[in-house]
Formats: sequence, structure tokens, C-alpha cells
Amino acid sequence: MTAANLIEIAYLVASVLFILGLKRMSSPATARRGMNYAALGMLVAIAAAILDHKVTTYRWLLVVLVAGSAVGAYMARTVKMTAMPQMVALLNGFGGLASALVGWAEHDRLLFEGLPVPADVATTIVLSLLIGAVTFTGSVVAWAKLQEVMTGKPITFTGQKPLSALVFAAVAAAGIAVVVDPLAPAAAGLLVAVLVVSAVLGVLLVIPIGGADMPVVISLLNSYSGLAAAMTGFVLQNHLLIVSGALVGASGIILTQIMCKAMNRSLANVLFGAFGATTQAASGKSAAGLTVRSITPEDAAVQLAYASSVIVVPGYGMAVAQAQHAVREMAELIEKRGGEVRYAIHPVAGRMPGHMNVLLAEANVPYDKLLEMDQINDDFQNTDVAIVIGANDVVNPAARTDRSSPIYGMPILNVDQARSIIVLKRSMNPGFAGIENELFYDPKTSMLFGDAKTSITKVVQELKNV
Amino acid sequence: MLETLLISLFIFVLACFVGFEVISKVPQMLHTPLMSGSNAISGITIVGAILVGGTGDWELNTILGLVAVVFAMINVVGGFLVTDRMLDMFKKKPGTEK
Repeated sequence: MTAANLIEIAYLVASVLFILGLKRMSSPATARRGMNYAALGMLVAIAAAILDHKVTTYRWLLVVLVAGSAVGAYMARTVKMTAMPQMVALLNGFGGLASALVGWAEHDRLLFEGLPVPADVATTIVLSLLIGAVTFTGSVVAWAKLQEVMTGKPITFTGQKPLSALVFAAVAAAGIAVVVDPLAPAAAGLLVAVLVVSAVLGVLLVIPIGGADMPVVISLLNSYSGLAAAMTGFVLQNHLLIVSGALVGASGIILTQIMCKAMNRSLANVLFGAFGATTQAASGKSAAGLTVRSITPEDAAVQLAYASSVIVVPGYGMAVAQAQHAVREMAELIEKRGGEVRYAIHPVAGRMPGHMNVLLAEANVPYDKLLEMDQINDDFQNTDVAIVIGANDVVNPAARTDRSSPIYGMPILNVDQARSIIVLKRSMNPGFAGIENELFYDPKTSMLFGDAKTSITKVVQELKNV
Repeated sequence: MLETLLISLFIFVLACFVGFEVISKVPQMLHTPLMSGSNAISGITIVGAILVGGTGDWELNTILGLVAVVFAMINVVGGFLVTDRMLDMFKKKPGTEK
């Protein structure tokens, strides 16, 4: 058996470890070990690549490997759980950039060594550059929006779609020119053009998407980063890259589908609809003439203290206020008094899939109390108090009743069926979709205004005294 | 030439099916760690980066390869570590914290 065979076998082992690792993600009890398998697979793959006979200089390789590891480790250790969406966005982007650079480098190497560049290899090189660069700049824009370096609102301008189409046509033209004659003197320059124009395209595609639609965008970019890696695999004819890229691509697509379904919108509508760009005045019921009932933390504490069943409905507002620890403390006090507390998690609550679960897990809330929408929706009618913390559109009954509402048809949590409702909210501003929420005017609803963390902390103080 | 492409395509399509099959069983609760974990796996492009970055030619492709190694490695190490940090927090009973 040759060394090359052994390296191929190592790649096969790595592929199997990745699949086993992802398989173990089907339960929180096995997930951690599963990801250790995947990490081991990565180690095997990296070691095998370094041992490849093509690799002849180690010093600089070692330097960049250590540098990348140090930066990655630093980011992973210091990131706050509330900032996880931007972290994942950025890492997606880096993966995409790396794939694009490898595609470019491979073209340069083939040119330099005077090797032929068949049309299929040229095609996959162009695709790896296109997908990789779009993933990179798209992710950086998503990161900037989530980090609030730039506005989270959709950025739209006249002629945006024709411009995007034009830019895409430019990428396609340059790409086709490279494929037609990959060895032409101009090919290297054209490839750089593909890279740069694709980068512009990535920006154009993500700026019109609003903050509340970020779960979809991040899932989609996740999928792209996998596809970019798979394309690089086609370029290098490396099956490990193809398999891993396909796995990640499939994963991102599934998450994208779940997110779209949870918002009752098509992917095209999310990407090109510029949802929430203008304040929707279409809603049939206006807020005029309706009044909200505002309560104090003491009132809320009394209500919660004597409730035998409570459902907490967290949203992005809980993440912004970093209120998850206070929420857990509140729940423990209610439980101590004999009440039952559970959490209802809407699939698109927060800024990425599963965002709320991670925050509550960080606050040490046991995961069997976190229930998905379908598991808990029928229980709201038998619940004494539903407490909504910084969520809005996912509890808006207009999604069920108001045909003119932009969120009509979106599956929502049946908070309005609870015996009483407490809504924690900063002010009466409408949510990200810019839609009025009639839940707030429901006679069963009491509003507790203010920063979620401050409010909950006060409720906790009061609960101790009740 | 077409033959190698077809074999690669074959593997790609089958791996997509495996991906769909495996990932659709992941509960909603674990979607964030799934994303960061699968994200780390997409850093596999590092293998390609090492193969072009380690040739020692000191041509443009070597430099590009080495730069790609940095970004891919941030992706890999950052992704796996942050996933592990998150999964460590998912506990069935409270009070079992580190």
C-alpha cells in the first residue's frame, strides 16, 4: 500500500467521523461526544494533508496553522452567548473565503506548472470562487447587521434588483470566459474579476434583508459555505471535501426550509421581499381607541406567585437585555411555591435557529423544560399565566385572523389562549415586522414596560417577599 | 476527464442524501450548535489550502494557500470550540454546572 492510499483511507475515516458526529446531534445527551468525533475527523484530515507528498515546506504552514488556531480559540472562548448569531455568521464567511482562495490558488498553480485546465475543472474553479466570495461578503454584512455596526433595517434603493441581476450577469460572463479559455493570458485577471464582482454580489444580496429575517440568511450562508467547500473538492478531486461540503450544504438547506416554514414565507420572499422596509399600515385593525393595561413588577409578582402553571415565551428582546439568568431565577422562585414553569420556543425566536435554547441552557435551565411550538401550543389554554419576554410577531394573533396582515398564516404560539398574559416590552413600538399586535390590547393582557432584565429582577425581588 | 467529474458528482449527490437524512433528525433545540458544528466541518477546505500552501514554490498560489489556511483554521478551531462550549451547557437537571 502506498502512502497516497493511506492518505485516502484517512480521508475516508474523516468522512465517516463527520457523519457519525452529525448523527449524534439528534439528542442533547450524545451531541457533545458526537462533535468530538467530528473534531477528531478534522484532526485526522489535517494530519493526512500535511503528510501528503505535495507538502514540502512546513515552517510557514505551522505558523499559519497556529495563528488561525489562536484566533479561532480566542473568538470561541470570549464570545457571549447572546452574540452567537454574529459569531456563526463570521465563521461561515471565513470558511467561504478560504474555499474561494483555494479555488483561485489552484488555477494559479495549474497555470504556473503549465498543466491543462479541462473545462470541468475550470467550471468548478469559477463556482468555488463565486460561492465562496458571496458567502464571505454576505456573511460579513450579516455580521455587521447583527453586531449593530450597521443598521439592522433593510437597505433598499431604486434599481436594486436590476443592479443585482446585472452584477450577477457580469460574474457569469467573466466566469464563462474563463471556462472557455482557462489558459488565456487574460484568464487570471478574469478570475480575479469573478472574485471581486461576486464579493459585490454578496453585499447586494444581504443588505436588503432585515434583522428579523437573519435566521434564514444565516442558515442559507451556512449552506453556501458547505457548497463552496464541495466545489473546492470538485476542483481538487478530493472526495473528503465533496462529502463534507455536501453534508453542510444539506444541513444549511434543511435549516433554511424550517425557518421559512416557521415564517410562512418562501425563500424568494425572504431574500427579495425586503420585509419590514416600510411600516405596514395595511393591518385591518388599528390601535386607535384601544388601551393597554400597564402593571408594576409587584402586580406581576403577585400574579406569578399564585399561578400553578406558567409558560415563559422568550424572544429576541430577552437576548438583547441579557435577561436569561434573571428569568431562570424567577422560574425557580415560582417552582419553589409549587407552580410549574415551562418555556415555549418558537422556531424563529431570536436571530438564528435555536438561539433561545442556547441562551436558556447558558442560564442553566434544564433542556427538558424547553418545548417546541407543536409540543406546547395546546397547553396554553390550561395555563394560568403566559409571560412574553421580548417576543412580538411570534405571538401576534393577527397571523391567525387578519388576512390583510403581512404575517397572516405564520404559525404562532397560542399565547392569547392562556388565562392571563403578561407582556414584557421596552415600549409600545411595534416589532421588527412593523405590525401592530392586538395581543397587547387583549383584556387578559397586562403590560410590564421597561428593560426586560430590570423588570424581571424587580419581579424576582417581589416574589421573594410575597 | 468527464469520468472523474461524474464519480465526484455521484459522491456529492449521495452525500447530500446522507446529510438530509441525518440532519432532519436533529431537534430544534440543538439547531444553533448544529450550525456552528457543521460550520466547523465546512472548514474542511483547509485540506485543499494545506495542499496548495505547503508546496514551497513561493508563487502566488502558495501565498493564497497559506492565507486560506489561516481563515479555514479560524473556522475549524473557532467552530468546534464554540460548539463544545454550547453543548456543555445543555443539561437535563439544574445544578450540575461545571
